[in-house]
Amino acid sequence: MKNQQTAIRRTAEQGWLSFIPWSLHAWLVPVAIAALWQMAGGLGWISQALLPTPLMIAKQFVHLGVSGELWGHFEVSILRAFSGFILGSLTGLALGMSTGLGSMAERTLDPSIQMLRTVPLLSLIPLFILWFGIGEFSKILMISLGAFFPVYVNTFLGIRSVDAKLYEVSRIFQYSKLQLLTRLILPSALPNILLGIRLSLGVSWLVLVVAEMMGTSAGIGYMIQDARAYSQTDIVFVGIIIFAMIGKLSDSSVRLLETRLLSWRETYKG
Amino acid sequence: MSADTLIIEQVNRVFQTPAGKVTALKGIDLRVRKGEFITLIGPSGCGKSTLLKIVAGLDTSYEGSVLLNDKPISGPSIEKGFIFQEPRLFPWLTVEKNIAGNLSLKHKDVRKKVEEYIALVRLEGFEKAYPRELSGGMAQRVAIARALLRNPDVLLLDEPFGALDAFTRSHMQEVLLDIWQNNRTTMLFVTHDLDEAVFLGERVVIMNPRPGHIRSIQPIDLPFPRKRTSSSFQELRTKVLREFEKVEEPEFDTGAGI
Repeated sequence: MKNQQTAIRRTAEQGWLSFIPWSLHAWLVPVAIAALWQMAGGLGWISQALLPTPLMIAKQFVHLGVSGELWGHFEVSILRAFSGFILGSLTGLALGMSTGLGSMAERTLDPSIQMLRTVPLLSLIPLFILWFGIGEFSKILMISLGAFFPVYVNTFLGIRSVDAKLYEVSRIFQYSKLQLLTRLILPSALPNILLGIRLSLGVSWLVLVVAEMMGTSAGIGYMIQDARAYSQTDIVFVGIIIFAMIGKLSDSSVRLLETRLLSWRETYKG
Repeated sequence: MSADTLIIEQVNRVFQTPAGKVTALKGIDLRVRKGEFITLIGPSGCGKSTLLKIVAGLDTSYEGSVLLNDKPISGPSIEKGFIFQEPRLFPWLTVEKNIAGNLSLKHKDVRKKVEEYIALVRLEGFEKAYPRELSGGMAQRVAIARALLRNPDVLLLDEPFGALDAFTRSHMQEVLLDIWQNNRTTMLFVTHDLDEAVFLGERVVIMNPRPGHIRSIQPIDLPFPRKRTSSSFQELRTKVLREFEKVEEPEFDTGAGI
């Protein structure tokens, strides 16, 4: 009886949602906010210089896109973030695997890495500028340092959480060292490794923006910084939207990879 | 080469614990013929699982000698199949890939053998299923197929049906007997279930704890398939139970009859 009541209440609550296609549910809140925002701006409640309306931002977006300026910045940013991410996450994967697999490497290498990890990354920026200048190399190195830690920590964790019972099975079946790695350890650690990659992508974007705001002449971060200097708030918004879009896109692609590769997992789906 | 596949002689196993030395096994002697079905029964702590791990090669810190086909056991290998209490399947692999393990299904003879063993444990139609989609009994059958595919000289089973419900358990016992009668794989089966021990074993090894040693060995001269309700089955069951009760009672208590 009680169950029935909850069931009825639930359908009543979700009733109006069912008129909207399922795939659009995530857009409800953003669209509502944009509509409110547009209205507030259109009625003159908010200064356009501080908060341009969504339509103005969209116009500026199209304008920058057509003139080609946007793509130039976009390309530079993508290249920086991507090369930094690849460099950092691959190093993280390699070192995480070596400390995860060998207790020798764990005892000698891991303490130093853990110590480095506690240093706030952004406090190292002055040092990087002193050592490597403000060129591309310095930026990519900073991004890769940021991308390194999430992958390193999670790879190590993933390898160390391999089920000892399955390891016993692989011993009985006489798996070779390589088979042990490719057929037991890596598949077991994959959920953690992918989580590390997702976190690492997020950090890559964060460090990219910081790196691009400190002395450079191209990139989305520079575009934002430059627009701020001339109080072009709409361009600042265009930059933020670009970051949001790329961030979401890269995150979604890793999640897609997760659902594909980890479909075997039996987990709570909410 | 002698007629006995497995020869265990004067095996002792001592564990070092913070509280001191604990003797888990003392003076174990057991000879297992090729193709024989042995069940090991005893209360918890009698060292039956420890003995099985030693034969499997998972535990090598023992004294005495354990010979499999006249060769000492130095470590785990595919000659000694092992079925654990849990199926221990790789959750990211399908049934057929779990059975194949480190062998490639791309090889024709591997694929053929995998199909053969899937049929043997009656899992046709579940080749592409993941472990999470299987019931406990089905998962354990996958584990049995996986062990048998390697064609082991001896199959070691550590309370393999202990976690299953009564119906599934008796079904699995019949499946295992079927397989044994077809393949004649030597079986060493640890259990704490008296019925199971008498139903399956050609000989029941009764073990005693503190320190773990073999109390007696009871031959079960009943033809297969056995009927649990038959009077001869009940008679042997009572006989083993008597030994078993002697195990549970202190030595000086002679009044332990039924």
